[in-house]
Amino acid sequence: MTSRVSIQTEDFDVSAELSTLRGQDLRVGAVCSFVGTVRDTRALTGAAHDEVQAMELEHYPGMTEKSIEAMIEEAHRRFDFYAARVVHRVGRLLPADQIVLVAVTSAHRGESFKACEFLMDYLKTQAPFWKKEQTPQGAQWVDARVSDDAALARWGIEATNA
Amino acid sequence: MKVQVRYFASLRESIGHASEGVHTESLDVAALRAELIARGGAYAQCLALGRPVRVAVNQVMAQEHTALTAECEVGFFPPVTGG
Repeated sequence: MTSRVSIQTEDFDVSAELSTLRGQDLRVGAVCSFVGTVRDTRALTGAAHDEVQAMELEHYPGMTEKSIEAMIEEAHRRFDFYAARVVHRVGRLLPADQIVLVAVTSAHRGESFKACEFLMDYLKTQAPFWKKEQTPQGAQWVDARVSDDAALARWGIEATNA
Repeated sequence: MKVQVRYFASLRESIGHASEGVHTESLDVAALRAELIARGGAYAQCLALGRPVRVAVNQVMAQEHTALTAECEVGFFPPVTGG
């Protein structure tokens, strides 16, 4: 049995991860996955000062894994899915690098779509990770977004992170 | 009692260390935070009431009224920004 949660500096292979997650489970008819990547804000705004040259990701070892395990348990109480996998990278990343993978298997698409989105919304506001962007002005910590709290509230969970 | 206090991200940088043992009479998160603020300097600045500081006790998200126990681990950190 492979672990459900990995916090690692190395990159991950989405195809291999999905294949392992599905395994030989013939009940599976849907695999839903989300991949978060490092965005260079300059590519969005065109402004040179928005350039993201690199990103440093810090976490709270031990708590991170436990909190994501708890999120998967909560997802199992809410949605009818078979297996879930979360991989989150830490350390120094570059624009376009993969940051996070959330993947879920279920019999039909609805449950895995919902569980995948729920896990991502939960992770954004409750898993102890912090991003620091390297920009032309120097390094700065990324601010939390109120919209991420609102995203979790849609699932009936009140959280104040930002 | 003694508790282990840990700081992360911008709090760790401002306070200047990642972890310290603290002998305290504080019974909950709010009291411990007030005690650290009373030290002044970077502690007072980073942990000031009204600033968005999140707290975990024994690696579980906690609230102001969450109780402290001997040898517990208390993590102070800014709002999380993973994903």
